[in-house]
Amino acid sequence: MTDFTRRTVLQGGTAFAAAAALSGEALTNWAKAWAQASQWKPEKGAKINLMRWRRFVEAEDAAFMKMIAAFKTATGVEVTVTNESFEDIQPKASVVANTGQGLDMVWGLYSLPHLFPAKCMDQTDVANYLGKKYGGWTPSAEMYGKSGNKWIGIPVATTGGLMNYRISSMEKAGFKEFPKDTGGFLELVKALKKNNTPAGFALGHASGDANTWLHWALWAHGGNLVDKSDKVVINSPETVKALEYVKALYENFIPGTASWNDSSNNKIFVAGDLHLTSNGISIYVAAQKDNKAVAEDMNHAYMPVGPVGKPTELHLAFPILTFNFTKAPQACKALTAFMLEAENFNPWIEAAQGYLSHFLVDYDKNPVWTADPKRTPYRDVSKRTLTPGGQGSLGEKAAAAIADFVVVDMFANFATGREDAKGAIAVAERQAKRIYR
Amino acid sequence: MVDATISARPRIAEPSAWSRLRTNRHWLGYWFMVPALGFLVLFLAYPLGLGVWLSFTDTKIGRAGEFIGLENYEWLGGDSIFWISVFNTLLYTIVASIIKFAAGLYLALLLNKHLPFKAMIRAAILIPFIVPTVLSAIAFWWIYDSQFSIISWSLRKIGLISTNIDFLGDPNNARASTIFANIWRGVPFVAITLLAGLQTVSPSLYEAATIDGATPWQRFRYITYPLLTPIIAVVMTFSVLFTFTDFQLIWAMTRGGPVNATHLMATLSYQRAIMGGQLGEGAAIATAMIPFLLAAIMISWFGLQRRKWQQGGDND
Repeated sequence: MTDFTRRTVLQGGTAFAAAAALSGEALTNWAKAWAQASQWKPEKGAKINLMRWRRFVEAEDAAFMKMIAAFKTATGVEVTVTNESFEDIQPKASVVANTGQGLDMVWGLYSLPHLFPAKCMDQTDVANYLGKKYGGWTPSAEMYGKSGNKWIGIPVATTGGLMNYRISSMEKAGFKEFPKDTGGFLELVKALKKNNTPAGFALGHASGDANTWLHWALWAHGGNLVDKSDKVVINSPETVKALEYVKALYENFIPGTASWNDSSNNKIFVAGDLHLTSNGISIYVAAQKDNKAVAEDMNHAYMPVGPVGKPTELHLAFPILTFNFTKAPQACKALTAFMLEAENFNPWIEAAQGYLSHFLVDYDKNPVWTADPKRTPYRDVSKRTLTPGGQGSLGEKAAAAIADFVVVDMFANFATGREDAKGAIAVAERQAKRIYR
Repeated sequence: MVDATISARPRIAEPSAWSRLRTNRHWLGYWFMVPALGFLVLFLAYPLGLGVWLSFTDTKIGRAGEFIGLENYEWLGGDSIFWISVFNTLLYTIVASIIKFAAGLYLALLLNKHLPFKAMIRAAILIPFIVPTVLSAIAFWWIYDSQFSIISWSLRKIGLISTNIDFLGDPNNARASTIFANIWRGVPFVAITLLAGLQTVSPSLYEAATIDGATPWQRFRYITYPLLTPIIAVVMTFSVLFTFTDFQLIWAMTRGGPVNATHLMATLSYQRAIMGGQLGEGAAIATAMIPFLLAAIMISWFGLQRRKWQQGGDND
């Protein structure tokens, strides 16, 4: 922990991350000491096959692999890491769960452990250990990690989808600060259009961008796909209000948003033609490298609060799970705990430059969130996020509804004028009833 | 003597069924076919059969399903998105195939003439076919980009338009754009294959026709076209099959959007089965493609392969 205090006094962006992290030998020594003291003793000759999502920030991946190497030196456990794209993680993990071989651990997305809770090892001891040591878990961590009273996965981090805006364009549109409610937000979007500095949010089949902001819009107006008992309740006056709200926004967007995928808003924003969108921190990271003027003139804000009166954000969580058929349960638990220890986790989230937001409260203190105030909103996304299940259960049904773009298509159908509100809702309702039967 | 012969008879013995079989060439022939049959069963018949079987179950990824009869199909029957995908697939296939055929035939006829640098031009024609589909799809994705489209940019600079063309964001534009990309990619295959067919037509036929005073159109209509029909049948069958089952172009450019206006049956099947995990339903969509594909093959088989027609006679 001495290193942590030294780091907190350091200032600056990413450059200091490498300097502040434990250097080679110190890291090895710390890792060895940690392994000695740890309550989880890896089995002799244990081997771990771990699958994770393919990195978006190169430095994050480097930090991750450094951590894995330190674990290997300290414990002698052989860890093999494979990388898969977002779309391939879920099917591959499901097949492994089904066949009972191939992998020991998966670092996946959204509600992965809830797709096959019976195949996940109980990690309550790991969760309690980490929670006690690092100031407790956020409430959303329990939603993502727990099935009943058991922790079936450890939520490692979240990547947030928040408002990205150009400061000068917002001020020119007559706003001193970013609007905090949906009414003010609509006014801003209209004014931006008038000034020819338009906003744009994905209405195409963009798994990340479109799903996150459109679920926000639906929930902000009190609409829900399903209720607490997984009954489909999309056909409601609140949904109609959300549809009309999004249509009003869409009419003031930059043209072409119905065709956007996950990368569209990034490249247009960095190029300087888009002045407001929702995204992870990746636009800011890219702009710092490719278009400094845009990076200096942009900032981030929480999603505005709608008529329901409380935040209704959806962010992308990354939980890690261990299969209960692993031959090395202790080694897997040790690795999970090892990853989230401050000596590892702090340099790791610093390397991610805001792309990974923690679920353990104490990591709020990490300087990555305050060294650059533009990153600060992303510090809180793990506290603010809801789950893809909305009010309903978190599991394969919710995952299927997200993957099949039920909510996205409903909004796109209405906003582009292909269907009236009744028709758009009817299509979504029918699809949802099929998935939630 | 008589007795002896009779008793000797069984010793000469009629060849047993087994020894007859052993020397039977046909029987041996079947054995030589076994490896090929094995490959076909293992890699074609089994996956196809499994796919059809899955379509009658509610299998999800990672979880075995139960037999549910026709439920998946009944569900699809009332699913507007499925019917949009069927409409899109037919529109995509019919429009793209007709234009590919016309443009391919035209190119083939041109290339069959004596041109300078003939070999090089012929090689160049093949380029769209050689480029991996995903790469050309990504290139088209940029060409059609809502913000950075080279077409919009050029037209704006010339002053013909004032705002960018929304190629992939407007349903009808998106359909036209994806069909164009498919045509660009498919024409070389048609052109080169038809060119090969053209070169098998004996020049003496043209000479004879010219002496008889046939016009160029008549030479095409009564010599080239009839002799080319078998090749056309094969080329168009393949072309229709490739177009009908297209996946990469759509997936890389639109993922079926905007508002499902470019979802083909293949992309919808992938979205539901692999991304959404509903293997049974995805398999049902894929299986629903089979009747269309069979119909396409039948049409070209019985429609274009008629001998009489090939030889220039009328169908009776």
